[in-house]
Amino acid sequence: MSRLVIPTNSEAQNVVEELYKDLERRIIASPPGLCPIDVTAAFLRMCHAQTCGKCVPCRIGLRQLTNLLEDILNGKGTMEHLTKLQETARVIESTADCAIGYTAAEMVLKGLDGFNEDFISHILHNRCSSGLEHPVPCVALCPAGVDIPGYIALTAEGRYADAVRLIRKDNPFPNACALVCEHPCESRCRRNMLDTSINIRGIKRVAIDMAGYVAPPECAPSTGKRIAIIGGGPSGLSAAYYLQLMGHQTTVIEKRKKLGGMLLYGIPSYRLPRERLEGDINVILETGVEVQTNTAVGNEEGQITLEELREQYDAIYISIGAHRDKKIGIDGEDSIGVVSAVEFLRAIGDGNSPDLSGKRICVIGGGNVAMDVARSSVRLGAERTAVVYRRRKDDMTALPDEIESAMAEGVEIMELYAPEHIEADSRGAVKALWVSQQMPGAISGGRPSPTPVGTPPVPIECDIIIAAVGQSIESKYFVEQGIDAKRGVIQATGWTSIQNMPGIFAGGDCATGPATVIRAIAAGKVAAANIDQYLGFNHQITCDVEIPDPDLSDRVPCGRVNLKERDAIERKGDFTITQCGMSLKEAQQESKRCLRCDHFGYGNFKGGRIKSW
Amino acid sequence: MVNSISIKINNKEVQVPEGTRIIDACRDNGYKIPSLCFLKDINEIGACRICVVEVKGISHLVPSCNNTVQEGMEILTNSPRVREARKINAELLLSQHNANCPTCVRSSNCELKRVANDLDLTDNWYKNEYPEALWSKSFPLIRDASKCIKCMRCVQICDKIQTLNIWDVSGTGSHTTVDVSNNKEIKASDCSLCGQCVTHCPTAALHERDDVEAINGIDGELANPEKVTVAIVAPSVRASWGEEFGLSPEFATDKRFVATLKSVGFDYVFDADFAADLTIMEESSELIARLREPEKYSWPMFTSCCPGWVSFAKTQYPDILPQLSTAKSPQQMFGTVIKTYFAQKKGIKPENISCVSLMPCLSKKRELTLPGMDSAGTGHDIDYVLTTREICRLIKADNIDVTLQPETNFDDPLGEASGAGVIFGTSGGVLEAALRTAYFKVTGKNPDLGENSPLKVLRNISSHKEIEIELGNKKLHCAAVSSLGEARKLITSIKRGECHYDFVEVMACPGGCINGGGQPIHPSYNSMPNSYTERDHCLREYDNRNNIRFSHENKAIQTLYNDYLDFPMSDRAHHLLHVEKY
Repeated sequence: MSRLVIPTNSEAQNVVEELYKDLERRIIASPPGLCPIDVTAAFLRMCHAQTCGKCVPCRIGLRQLTNLLEDILNGKGTMEHLTKLQETARVIESTADCAIGYTAAEMVLKGLDGFNEDFISHILHNRCSSGLEHPVPCVALCPAGVDIPGYIALTAEGRYADAVRLIRKDNPFPNACALVCEHPCESRCRRNMLDTSINIRGIKRVAIDMAGYVAPPECAPSTGKRIAIIGGGPSGLSAAYYLQLMGHQTTVIEKRKKLGGMLLYGIPSYRLPRERLEGDINVILETGVEVQTNTAVGNEEGQITLEELREQYDAIYISIGAHRDKKIGIDGEDSIGVVSAVEFLRAIGDGNSPDLSGKRICVIGGGNVAMDVARSSVRLGAERTAVVYRRRKDDMTALPDEIESAMAEGVEIMELYAPEHIEADSRGAVKALWVSQQMPGAISGGRPSPTPVGTPPVPIECDIIIAAVGQSIESKYFVEQGIDAKRGVIQATGWTSIQNMPGIFAGGDCATGPATVIRAIAAGKVAAANIDQYLGFNHQITCDVEIPDPDLSDRVPCGRVNLKERDAIERKGDFTITQCGMSLKEAQQESKRCLRCDHFGYGNFKGGRIKSW
Repeated sequence: MVNSISIKINNKEVQVPEGTRIIDACRDNGYKIPSLCFLKDINEIGACRICVVEVKGISHLVPSCNNTVQEGMEILTNSPRVREARKINAELLLSQHNANCPTCVRSSNCELKRVANDLDLTDNWYKNEYPEALWSKSFPLIRDASKCIKCMRCVQICDKIQTLNIWDVSGTGSHTTVDVSNNKEIKASDCSLCGQCVTHCPTAALHERDDVEAINGIDGELANPEKVTVAIVAPSVRASWGEEFGLSPEFATDKRFVATLKSVGFDYVFDADFAADLTIMEESSELIARLREPEKYSWPMFTSCCPGWVSFAKTQYPDILPQLSTAKSPQQMFGTVIKTYFAQKKGIKPENISCVSLMPCLSKKRELTLPGMDSAGTGHDIDYVLTTREICRLIKADNIDVTLQPETNFDDPLGEASGAGVIFGTSGGVLEAALRTAYFKVTGKNPDLGENSPLKVLRNISSHKEIEIELGNKKLHCAAVSSLGEARKLITSIKRGECHYDFVEVMACPGGCINGGGQPIHPSYNSMPNSYTERDHCLREYDNRNNIRFSHENKAIQTLYNDYLDFPMSDRAHHLLHVEKY
């Protein structure tokens, strides 16, 4: 018998480690719409397996919580069960010795708070109010509800134009989305249960790249109705497209020189080439949309008033986006050389790119816009580009891929520095950004709050400071016209209408705050349907493309094809698209990974395909 | 010098020594906090979460057993949150406890029941579910999984005090429980049957095999007209039996116990102190014999009267077994003498005699079955062992009003006993008794037993006592240790050559038989029950009051040798009173 032994995992332990990973992936792939109580009971059983068994609240308490939940799920629950559940969880939370117990109880308490109605529905009516439909995960998580398994199957068969037609049924921006969509569709892909999610956006890009020009479908006979759309960004143009297809006449009123909104004025062309965006917009305009650029809505000279629009049009859709820059709120912000990300990117969008040769740039912020600005600066010849962020790199809201790409292109990430003030020289031009060192503090809203370390501020010498600290909405005029807004965000309903303003609808960033392109498109789609209905019609948007039958071969775990970027050394010198598409061979393999949830499982019963809307 | 700090308990400002446990600080100031798993210095793991208190500024509740007070701490022992937490945690425990209280041996002193009653739990909402009890019914120690509250006291007492590591946590998650360590069967384990896990168990999850039915049942020994039933009363039982009836040791005397046992139906009641004297005669002679030829033996010589200790030696240090005295324990000597000498004298067929030994011990239940414990030639020399708790249950079952019992002498001819015999029941007593007689045998005179006694140090309350005593021209270095942990320490020390002894007494239970695993249980969070010093005092008083204080002066012993055994270590004595090998 020796005193010490080198620890080695048993075969059983190795398998358990594998199962942990399987479970992690399985949780990622949790289908939306599960019964929250059933899920809680299942989680509790797992928590209970983790308990060391030392103390009573955890060892016995978690078990009794599960019993109570089981009773409720089995229709044997009473309102007293709910009280007992609350009491028991509360006591476990306050008396369990370690995190295994108290965090498990917190989970139950969170549920009692968050889905109390589901509990009551189970107890009083023995009915689950959720989970009545089991949608296809990717489709359900796409705000626009694009038929993803459908176009993946079409791409796999080489029917690229059909794939584009199918996408356009729900999203008239296939090009833009193939390149810059944040792809929420991939987040709960059931393929995670086997290996990892499908590269949906990558497959879409193959379809787009290969399809070439695809004409829009025929418009329905004219209804004679006229709709004004304020703002020619993705939301407004989506609404215009579908309303045109329904036979209405739309007019897009755009304040700036060009259509595209943030897709043009916010996203640099190395991510979304101009001609790609124009491809989408041209097809939309082919449906007969009228456009008035350089036209603003307001009551100043040369502007159209809302009142005038109400008189001239049968309905109005407000989709003005979120184009106003937010201030940093520190001394020296008005120095020469301090610009906002919105201004900076807008200038590039309008073709007036500044020359940053030899300049040292500080970008303040940690979102995707900060990365767009930083990477654009590199391309405009900046000598040094630093992103200054008050939290950790891990806490940045920018996509990890964007951060990685920026760093590869030479952008320096300076984490945990909070801007204190801007120092200017005698001419009033930026000399340095003074920052103070931060440390991560208590978690608030899911992220640790930056807390000063207490060391004196230090200067970061620079010539230009670009503030990418968020955007707000220029909604003041609309508020004056009686439209409700909270902190600038226009208060529209879930079906895009405005309360007490019949005929006026709003959606996209201006109604949600800065969000994603696909959410803006989805809002446009919803607005189109509801405006159609408001005008007294029920036009259906459909697509007659036949979806291929699913492949019956075995599902063998297989790696996901990720898209590569052009080499950093090459790409950082130009604004040409950085991301490389898949080869056809890669696309074949990747498309075949799709589990076809539209057919298998609940898909061939009720949760499958929505053919028209 | 410990600093005093000021804290608030239930809004009352009090001063307590720095480093005091919250539970102690509260108790010392009049706020008793219930607890279940807590065993001071032994088990401070905060498992039951019954002793939680609210501390101002901390959102979770704090277990008071394993946290100390801090300057300015504001403690609430009975806030609404604390009340709810205690109640629910107690209900949770009860939900997995087989609460068949009326038929439970711990019905009167179950700590879980007390906590539940004190908290006024009148209903339990939780689903009652407890595991099946799968255990050997024949082993003297029974574990009833359906009653275990997983306080882990048994694990800790066995690990820390007895160092035998018999128990361990078993299973994970919701299936966490206690079981024999290393997945062994209890029978195959090194369990010494000291029973310390039983006396520290808050419920009846651990208890002795109940042999009461075999004595007072319809087919029991007392009901059998053929049988002559003989009760043998261990020294320490007289110090504790009254506790089960709420009687003081001054009232609940050995003699009243004799009368009570007679009224239950025992034909003869003998005093095991007599056999203790006999053991001393043999053991002291053996010591002197070994001292005459010191080079033939390994040293020290160890006592052998405690079966827990003998079991420990067998499993942990088999190489020292030749150093154990070959003298049987008083129980086994008595069984042999009753079934030979006494049977002959009374003309009773030994097979018709049923020897029922009343002991503070579980290990004695196994001892009677060991090889060689059948010297009388009619099966086991001792037929049954009942613990103090069992015999008291038997008496209670007969609804005897103990307070009305007279005082009756033990039966003759084996009825006389010396004060040396009675102190066998407490740590240091065997050594002192042996030295009293050895001293006489070597020097020809009795040692002083008064204030200036050279043996006085052996009466201290300590788990490790040492004495040096001149025995003729030889200076003897002796030690008395109690608890198996102390025994292990001592043996390790001896093996390392750090010390040398000639004679060592070992008792498996801390403090000796008065704190044995079969004694009445008084729930407490102290690992040594409060009754321990009272029981020790009681036995010392029996010794002090006895006219005969030396085993060699016991007339009945002398008669036994004259009539039957010849002399200590004679062939017959050897055959009947010693073991061939361990």
